[in-house]
Amino acid sequence: MRPDDRKYLETHEWAKVTGDIALIGLTDFAIHELCSGNEGDLVYCDLPETGRTLEVGETFGEIESVKAVADLSSPVEGEVIEVNEAIEDHLEILSSDPWEQGWMVKIKLTKKSMDHLIDAETYESMLAKQS
Amino acid sequence: MNKDLLLYEKSRAGRRTLRLGALDVPAADTTGLPLRQSPPDLPQIGELELVRHYVRLSKKNVSIADSFYPLGSCTMKYNPLANEVAATIAGFSEAHPLLDAGRCQGALAVMKRVEEFLAAVTGLPCVTLHPAAGAQGELSALLVANAHFAARGEQARTKVLIPDSAHGTNPASAAVAGLEPVTVSSGKDGLVDVDDLQSKLGTDTAGFMVTNPNTLGLFEPRIAEICEKVHTAGALVYMDGANLNALMGIARPADFGVDMMHTNLHKTFSTPHGGGGPGAGPICVSEELGVYLPVPRVVESESGFHLETDAPESIGMLRGWSSNFGVILRAYAYMRRLGPDGVRRVAENAVINANYLRVRLRDAYHVPFDGLCMHEFVATTRHQRPGGVHAVDVAKRLIDLGHHPMTVYFPLVVNEAMMIEPTETETKETLDAFVEDMLLIADEARERPESLHDAPLSTPVGRLDEGRAVKEPVLRFRRG
Repeated sequence: MRPDDRKYLETHEWAKVTGDIALIGLTDFAIHELCSGNEGDLVYCDLPETGRTLEVGETFGEIESVKAVADLSSPVEGEVIEVNEAIEDHLEILSSDPWEQGWMVKIKLTKKSMDHLIDAETYESMLAKQS
Repeated sequence: MNKDLLLYEKSRAGRRTLRLGALDVPAADTTGLPLRQSPPDLPQIGELELVRHYVRLSKKNVSIADSFYPLGSCTMKYNPLANEVAATIAGFSEAHPLLDAGRCQGALAVMKRVEEFLAAVTGLPCVTLHPAAGAQGELSALLVANAHFAARGEQARTKVLIPDSAHGTNPASAAVAGLEPVTVSSGKDGLVDVDDLQSKLGTDTAGFMVTNPNTLGLFEPRIAEICEKVHTAGALVYMDGANLNALMGIARPADFGVDMMHTNLHKTFSTPHGGGGPGAGPICVSEELGVYLPVPRVVESESGFHLETDAPESIGMLRGWSSNFGVILRAYAYMRRLGPDGVRRVAENAVINANYLRVRLRDAYHVPFDGLCMHEFVATTRHQRPGGVHAVDVAKRLIDLGHHPMTVYFPLVVNEAMMIEPTETETKETLDAFVEDMLLIADEARERPESLHDAPLSTPVGRLDEGRAVKEPVLRFRRG
């Protein structure tokens, strides 16, 4: 079971909300799909500048492996106030700890409702249907 | 590891292939010329070592001249030798692009006839041979579209709708043309989601870029309806002609509503391909859009052919010269040898060969869209997933078995995609040999999947660390 302290977008981004701040990351499933379980295959992750405002579903960056490039879609609406700089040089963080150290951006929410996102259980059953 | 030394590493001072005789003519006066101060640092090597160096390298080359090359989306078809004979005719190969029209009537005639041929195949009457490759064709067509909308006062049309299965060049070309790419979803059937397309069409839409057959090798059965919807919104339909191989001689894109398209001579019309070019991506557009095509244009009149640059509505010049003429010439030779009936047979055989492979492979490999395909189809390694075998493992193992791998991990809309395009020129025996080896790999994936992770084993270097190659590229030789 994936962490139920956060909510998910169907495109595999997660959002963990504390007060009016959300941490955004990518699920273990998406990371695994991108790199076939070989963390060395992740080659690049492009993240936004701080200060940028995002809408739900807006592309805020991209992640690239040797076989594919995928857009990163924002699960929330708000302003980017911090970017996880550690990822740039250590992409392996994304596969070793996608839920905590592997957060990508910190967003100050302008809309707090997370009703448009799915919970961990629904996300799990979505993955089960896909495989 | 069987690693060849570079010529620089083999170099020894004083070795050479040729010794020049003593100077027996008066030395030229070089006073005041910017002469270099020291001799160039070139490798010094004897003829035998030099010959061996290049012959050894050539043996490591893999091409369609020595093996099956089912590279989906890239159409690595055989290039008949007659094309090369045509390209070596001195009157063509030694012509200079600045010759007076009167001295290169033959070359201009070839260009005009190729334009006419492409117009006949696509149904779009106005053609330019300028674009040096498909992507430049896309860009030039979008610039034509911009000129068209500017002339109509419709500059607000800035969005280009593009299916998520498209080649990456489509959104890139739109961005370079100053337009905004907007993604249109594919449905579960792998085809354009027409409802999603409809919801995104509006007064800000400049065009819809569609690849037909699409990158899954599927013909868009609702293409006429799609084009009508785009036209109703006041926008243009651009077709990415990368997959024209499946249609030529059978369906003309103009007849189902396409306004502009490019053709890849290096894919469909058997001109050299790969290794960085030169390519050729002529574009064909409707009568209405013809005035915007780039200059110069080949014009035929009673007095012969000439290059015309007086075209006030043109988007201007795309490049220094009129085309990669040697490529155009090869395409002309190919077209003339096939004729209209031959062109149709090419498409038919390309489609039959792809369907033959699809049906023979569909039990061993998952084929996500398992209906009639066009000239290519997509399989996946979903059945091999329990053993941890991925598309890349199958591709690398094929190298050991003597085949060039298929395209893998494209299109992006299919997980673990293996895109197979046999082309029309392969015999049944070659196709069967490929199938047997693919079935062998499926057996290996079941019985000893780990072994596939080590492939290829027969090559000068084994499995390369592609991730590290991207992150820590070594792009130049440094003398040790």
